[in-house]
Amino acid sequence: MKTKIYQTPSHPDANLKQYILGYTVSVLFTLSAFFLVKNTVFTRNVLEYVVASLAISQFIIQIVFFLHLFNERNPRFRLLVFLLMLAIVLILVVGSLWIMANLNHNMTLPSQIRYMNNQGGGF
Amino acid sequence: MLYFASFFLGKLNRHAIPTDMVTLGAAVSIVLGLIFGAILITYFHKWKYLWKEWLTSVDHKKIGIMYIIVAVLMLIRGGVDALMLRGQQATSVGVHHGYLSSSTFAQVFSAHGTIMIFFAAMGLMFGIINLVLPLQIGSRDVAFPFMNLTSFWLFVAGMVLVNVSLGIGDFSAAGWLAYPPLSELRYSPTVGVDYWIWSLEIAGIGSLLSGVNFFTTILKTRAPGMSLTKMPMFAWSVLCTTSLIIFAFPILTVTLTLLYLDRTMGMHFFTAAAGGNMMMYVNLIWAWGHPEVYILILPAFGIFSEIVATFSHKRLFGYRTMVGALVSITVLSFTVWLHHFFTMGAGADVNGFFGIMTMVIAIPTGVKIFNWLFTMYKGRIKFSQSMLWFFGFVGLFTVGGVAGVILAMPPADFQLHNSLFLVAHFHTMIVGGVLFGYFAGLSYWFPKIFGYKLNEKLGRISFYLWFSGFLLAFVPLYILGLLGATRRIDHYSASLGWQPLFIIAGLGVLVIASGVFMMIIQHLVSFINRDKLKDKTGDPWNGKTLEWSVSSPAPFYNFASIPVVHSRDFYWDIKNIIKHEPKEITDVLMPKNSNHAPIIGFISILFGFSMVWHIWWLSLVSLLLIIIVIFNRFNDENPNYLLRAEEIIEIEQSHLRLKES
Ligand SMILES: [Cu+2]
Repeated sequence: MKTKIYQTPSHPDANLKQYILGYTVSVLFTLSAFFLVKNTVFTRNVLEYVVASLAISQFIIQIVFFLHLFNERNPRFRLLVFLLMLAIVLILVVGSLWIMANLNHNMTLPSQIRYMNNQGGGF
Repeated sequence: MLYFASFFLGKLNRHAIPTDMVTLGAAVSIVLGLIFGAILITYFHKWKYLWKEWLTSVDHKKIGIMYIIVAVLMLIRGGVDALMLRGQQATSVGVHHGYLSSSTFAQVFSAHGTIMIFFAAMGLMFGIINLVLPLQIGSRDVAFPFMNLTSFWLFVAGMVLVNVSLGIGDFSAAGWLAYPPLSELRYSPTVGVDYWIWSLEIAGIGSLLSGVNFFTTILKTRAPGMSLTKMPMFAWSVLCTTSLIIFAFPILTVTLTLLYLDRTMGMHFFTAAAGGNMMMYVNLIWAWGHPEVYILILPAFGIFSEIVATFSHKRLFGYRTMVGALVSITVLSFTVWLHHFFTMGAGADVNGFFGIMTMVIAIPTGVKIFNWLFTMYKGRIKFSQSMLWFFGFVGLFTVGGVAGVILAMPPADFQLHNSLFLVAHFHTMIVGGVLFGYFAGLSYWFPKIFGYKLNEKLGRISFYLWFSGFLLAFVPLYILGLLGATRRIDHYSASLGWQPLFIIAGLGVLVIASGVFMMIIQHLVSFINRDKLKDKTGDPWNGKTLEWSVSSPAPFYNFASIPVVHSRDFYWDIKNIIKHEPKEITDVLMPKNSNHAPIIGFISILFGFSMVWHIWWLSLVSLLLIIIVIFNRFNDENPNYLLRAEEIIEIEQSHLRLKES
């Protein structure tokens, strides 16, 4: 009998079908976003929301079909780590936006803010 | 002609050789040291042994030892830098301008910070984790042994790049975190900042891989029965540290890449032109930088938890609150990064929020201090050298922590920011906290790795030298900081009256240096007396965790048969009940040594060097080579070999005979 020093990771619950399905849907979402931008179907305002929601749906598809976060057996380390990652990314992104907005607010003259706003740039 | 030279050599030309005596002297002495070492190895015919047994070994204990050797060398180099800085500050007053030019001084303090954090402290940390962690959780190796060796070699590659900058080109003079706009091409036109960027990029990727590796090791390869709540506290601290590494180091990698793009491709991420913002760099680098501080200190907390319980002969007080404190520090350490730039223009809301979060994170840390004290309460405390480091730590860390809470108040920080008070604060945390913790751990686990104990008396003398030297070196800095002395100062007016304090601080560094010297003597003396200090039992301190259940030094396969764990301080609970339980010993699949990892490390040096000097063809070639080497390794059909049960039984029986003699 051999004892292995470490276990090679295995995904008993992941099958080829899921990967193909996930891949096809992801490609479809990407292509449709590209199509919508190329051919002006929506106004710019609406377009931004549509593309963003396409991106987010693709993100969820990949979590479900590639990372298999929701069908793992206990203990759910992958899900736990994923949630921690989400929390930290949120803290960093929201925190950075807040900090950068606030820094410029206190470092910039009102006339400059007006100038920057006219240029269409964010912070 | 000129075109060909610039194609083949990039920015590299004969002006890259430094001309000032200090840098040249340092470069020459490093080269001479390397040649001397090479001659010694050749004379004793040890090249083959070195390559086969060490440089290509995937045994986590050997990798740990190599980490520690590199880290100690870097600690000494960083210490020499510190002596140079204090020497300059003690003499450069009034009409005297010291012996260092301003630009050399700036390079030295940048190198000191970079080397101490990335190559001394991180190296010691990964060294100790490698030595102890798999043994402690009852595993035969880490989850990915080959990746572990690769991480080590990437760490070495980064270290080599920092030191190459002494002899070819120059090093960054922009401080250890290289804030733009100073670090942008316009104000730092030489290759110094590029050396800084690429040594940290490469070493940082090594750290990230190590983080992933140990995280997986803890979650996947624990001994059967060892649930997370039965896991030793050191393993818990490593779990928290590695999750910080996994989430923090990518930020560093991306930030440095953006800075490099600014410098080479003329982009504007961190310049004031074209919509860039240098504050974004400060924001990002501290989003990594603050967790980094906790990456270093959490393993030290874990080490103290093991040592205090063992040497008090008591179970750890408040295991659950200890775990809770570790986990909350892990999460909270991502919510405080702004306290490094309170003074850079943020409003009261932002400063107030991050100030309060910083004070909040002091609470779990305080919980841990009290838990250690309660662990000692009514215990039979053995005042070993490891415990002395702990006592030194409690005093210094508490004082440094209080200084930190003072700095966490934005109004106070406006006064103290950028002063030597801050420098004194973080040195108290990193020397008195991190380094003392690692020293305690090294003296505690030394017999497990080398098979003999360290001389106690010399260890104590070394501790007292370190401790008194630390006070001498840093109490003056607290005072100087309150008097208004800024950090990185290389000249000041005589009328300020600061010189005596700077001289005392310089003497303190000398006392610390004598403490390091005493450690070297301690290791020599212990090595000479290794037969007398031999640890025959494998359990010299009456330990409570699994690493003490195997022989000293630990066999290369760690455990003859994997133990089944039933309780928290498992070895304490069973060692007097079960004597020599007849174990079923089977064949074991062990990972083979790998030539690939050192080769990847070597090519990474070439890659970093070519990125620094813009030798693009070499960057491409070396990147391709790395990919080829990795594929070559993946196509290896037999990365493992079979270790026969008979061989294990033979080694185990020789240990039993030693134990009974
Ligand atoms: Cu911080």
